[in-house]
Amino acid sequence: MCLGTPGQIVAIHDAAKKLGVVEIAGVRRVTNLACVVDEIPLDACVGEWVLVHVGFAMSRIDPEEARRTLSLLAELGDSAPADDGGLP
Amino acid sequence: MKYIDEFRDPVAGRRVLKQIEGLVARLKPRTAPLKIMEVCGGHTHSIFKFGLEVMLPDVIELVHGPGCPVCVLPVGRIDDAIAIAEQPNVIFTTFGDAMRVPGSAKSLLATRAGGADIRTVYSPTDALALARANPGREVVFFGLGFETTVPATALTILEADADNIDNFSVFSNHITIIPTINALLETPDLTLDGFIGPGHVTMVIGLEPYRFVAERFAKPMVISGFEPLDILQAIQMLLAQFVEGRCEVENQYRRLVRDDGNQAALRAIAEVFELRPFFEWRGLGSIDHSGLTLRERFARFDAERRFTTPKLTVADPKACQCGAVLKGALKPWECKVFGTACTPQTPIGACMVSSEGACAAYYNYGRLTTLRRAPS
Ligand code: SF4
Repeated sequence: MCLGTPGQIVAIHDAAKKLGVVEIAGVRRVTNLACVVDEIPLDACVGEWVLVHVGFAMSRIDPEEARRTLSLLAELGDSAPADDGGLP
Repeated sequence: MKYIDEFRDPVAGRRVLKQIEGLVARLKPRTAPLKIMEVCGGHTHSIFKFGLEVMLPDVIELVHGPGCPVCVLPVGRIDDAIAIAEQPNVIFTTFGDAMRVPGSAKSLLATRAGGADIRTVYSPTDALALARANPGREVVFFGLGFETTVPATALTILEADADNIDNFSVFSNHITIIPTINALLETPDLTLDGFIGPGHVTMVIGLEPYRFVAERFAKPMVISGFEPLDILQAIQMLLAQFVEGRCEVENQYRRLVRDDGNQAALRAIAEVFELRPFFEWRGLGSIDHSGLTLRERFARFDAERRFTTPKLTVADPKACQCGAVLKGALKPWECKVFGTACTPQTPIGACMVSSEGACAAYYNYGRLTTLRRAPS
């Protein structure tokens, strides 16, 4: 129930009610966008990825931050922690 | 990018694990394991689904916290839900997770088998749609969850209010995370070293409300996403704090969690809900200011005011040790009835019901871990 799912906004359904259509793993569903329109104006939100909880988009997924997290993880191997045998 | 597979990459996972091992080697020598609690049931679910617990060095012990809103529902509230559902002319709607939670005599599932009109819905908006489609019936929505699902309920009530829907109401069992973590930290016998913080609650409330965990209780916390790489990275960040002697609230889940949370969601919550003086939790007892109820202005949408319910406090079943499990004091498999009298098909406690409950997670995915860690 608390597990949210990432999905992509593919269309606006009802602008006045802030409803969009979000596609999650191939399934399209009318989704309430009221909690994300502060961050992404309604007319610019098609194509954006959001996290959906119980029929409501709760946050925009920031692709820059996602990439940053992944590249941080990719770099880990290159900088093995110094084996200095303990705390400074 | 689909924001799922990228965060399940096993090669990157092995890299983080190496990093974790390196950090563990730099920890001050210790006699007890390093206890890290994941507060949120969603994390518990992922940890078991992906087998993360067995991959970690032995010194790290993951403790599964109380953040499963279904698991902490007390028996009395289930009885009240059933009492509402059994009234003539009611359509009672709920998320599927709550169907099997045992009340004192039966569950919602058994109540439905007995003839009550109980329907599972995916969203509170589905419940509102049912109300519109059935003007002669009373449609009640079972409001469950932490701050992650509260905005959805709040916005649905605002819509019902704007459209003057008069046959829709909410039985609110919404709860709030901060008083819960505070109550947990004030438990005298609690021995936790740090926290993996709930990513989706924090996406709504922001980082600021957790500062007291680091400042007053000196426990580091890393807000984490729910994919395996997220959780491993959060553990790595916590270990870095231990090794470097820092104690902070950090954010691993930057792609979704803004420091100040989601203002639109917070506005909707504040408009519709207010804190109850106290709220009863299964296994944990009463926690001050931990439950949410509808404000006076929305009284007509409040099922507790529209219907009479028994409102009894019912003791947890004797065999049930959910309280100790929810506090992380007991491992699920240490409960006497785990896997024998208590299974997901015949749950005694609610931790066995929801897929986010620690007992169900152990039962469904964790049997290897149980074998490895159980004393023979
Ligand atoms: S095994 Fe069942 S009764 Fe025991 S703690 Fe888990 S849910 Fe509760």
